[in-house]
Amino acid sequence: MKTNILYPIYILWLRQLKRYFRSKSRMIGSLGQPIVFLVALGFGFGSIFAKAGGGNYIQFLSPGIIAMSIMFTAVFSGIELIWDRQFGFLKETMVAPVSRMTIMFGRTLGGATTATIQGIIVFIITIVIGFRPDIFAVLWGLLFMFGIAIVFTAFGTAIASTMEDMQGFGLIVNLVNMPLFFLSGALFPLNTAPAFIQWIAFINPLSYGVDGLRGAFTGVSLHLISTDALVITGITILFLAVGAWLFSKVEV
Amino acid sequence: MDSSISVKNLTKTFKGGLVAVNNISFEVPKGSIFAFLGPNGAGKTTTIKMLTTLLHPTSGTLTLNGMDPVKHPHDVRESFGIVFQDPSLDDELTAYENMFFHAGLYGVPRSETPAKIEDMMKFVELWDRKDSLVKTFSGGMKRRLEIARGLLHTPSILFLDEPTTGLDPQTRNYIWNYIKKLNEERGLTVFFTTHYMEEAERSAHQVAVIDHGKIIASGTPASIIASTGTQNLEDAFIKLTGKNIREQEAGGIDQLRQMRQAWRGGRK
Repeated sequence: MKTNILYPIYILWLRQLKRYFRSKSRMIGSLGQPIVFLVALGFGFGSIFAKAGGGNYIQFLSPGIIAMSIMFTAVFSGIELIWDRQFGFLKETMVAPVSRMTIMFGRTLGGATTATIQGIIVFIITIVIGFRPDIFAVLWGLLFMFGIAIVFTAFGTAIASTMEDMQGFGLIVNLVNMPLFFLSGALFPLNTAPAFIQWIAFINPLSYGVDGLRGAFTGVSLHLISTDALVITGITILFLAVGAWLFSKVEV
Repeated sequence: MDSSISVKNLTKTFKGGLVAVNNISFEVPKGSIFAFLGPNGAGKTTTIKMLTTLLHPTSGTLTLNGMDPVKHPHDVRESFGIVFQDPSLDDELTAYENMFFHAGLYGVPRSETPAKIEDMMKFVELWDRKDSLVKTFSGGMKRRLEIARGLLHTPSILFLDEPTTGLDPQTRNYIWNYIKKLNEERGLTVFFTTHYMEEAERSAHQVAVIDHGKIIASGTPASIIASTGTQNLEDAFIKLTGKNIREQEAGGIDQLRQMRQAWRGGRK
């Protein structure tokens, strides 16, 4: 029996999708945060934002919230690795005749797909709330959504590879996620922010995701969309490599 | 006779100097049932991990079906099935899905997969529960499913690490009937560990006893009983390994983890 590489990747991807669609509570529960942000911030700050000359805040905020929900879901999908290690399923995959790289890719692709689906659901909610994206740019938007998902799933897998307990993972992830989100330009325009925030945003992968998504959906962005796409691609490769390396060291 | 498993001067030393397995050698003949016995922390699981490609030996040679697990891990993995000491099923999936995903990972031809799954699930009498989520299964049902899953890619060797721990006598009996049937009808080589000495006495053709990382006795159950001048394998085992209760020692890797955690904690 000679296994081709793509089928095991597909199998691991399929497993994560099945688990995702079966866990309705996870799906619905993770929609709470983006909805609260959209409603509270979008409607709460909307008039101030407009008075300050920023235009329609929902239009500005929505891509940021979509990016946030994708990032949070993607990073947290790393917890499934810890889960699988604790409940033994990881061993089953580790003795299968497939390389660790294949396992890592399959898992990352699965986690990224569920995070993208989550992003699409939030995208639909933003439209209900009043977001009006350029409908021809939706394909670009989807690509950016998937890009953000891959980057942060690989990131979550990398962290999870070095950790044993779920509580610890949750704490570390929150510690990282929150500043990445708040300093990404998701909530306020970066070009008018103080220089140190601009510097942090400059090295924050999420800011390129948010900017690219906003550019695709509304035509307004800080960088060229192609620059955002290039940076996201570069970070994806870097994080996948680091994730794969750390995953190759996992002991079961 | 041909050997399914051949181990020569195998040693595993963990970082930090813990010698979990110390220069052991043994042969498992093709088509035999082999019991690998020892108290907690004796080196059983470390040995199984080396045989099943999860750990690299520090020194010594080992072959499975003539292949080296270090050099040809993928070929070796295709040639054995394993039931781990702890459950390794995905609880959120159905029994059938667990089987299907295993087939996919092991490269079982897609055209043969449904028939093979049906064959194995009928063999362990779980076919009527194929669409139930595994989390609804009892411990015994999970074990049976794991055995079926371990055999799905038609390996020639089956590893069973304490397959009957925590199960009631009826289920244990059931499971041993399956294993013996597989051995007799399909010529499967079985390598198992257990703490139930009567299981080894009843089912194993060959036995090896490991303690403190060294093999201290091996042969047929009858020969070990005879050489120790005891009545049964349980008495022989206690005579060989002593009466003291072993602390539930963490395995080598667990010990390393504890050391690492202590070290990390100390830096804070």
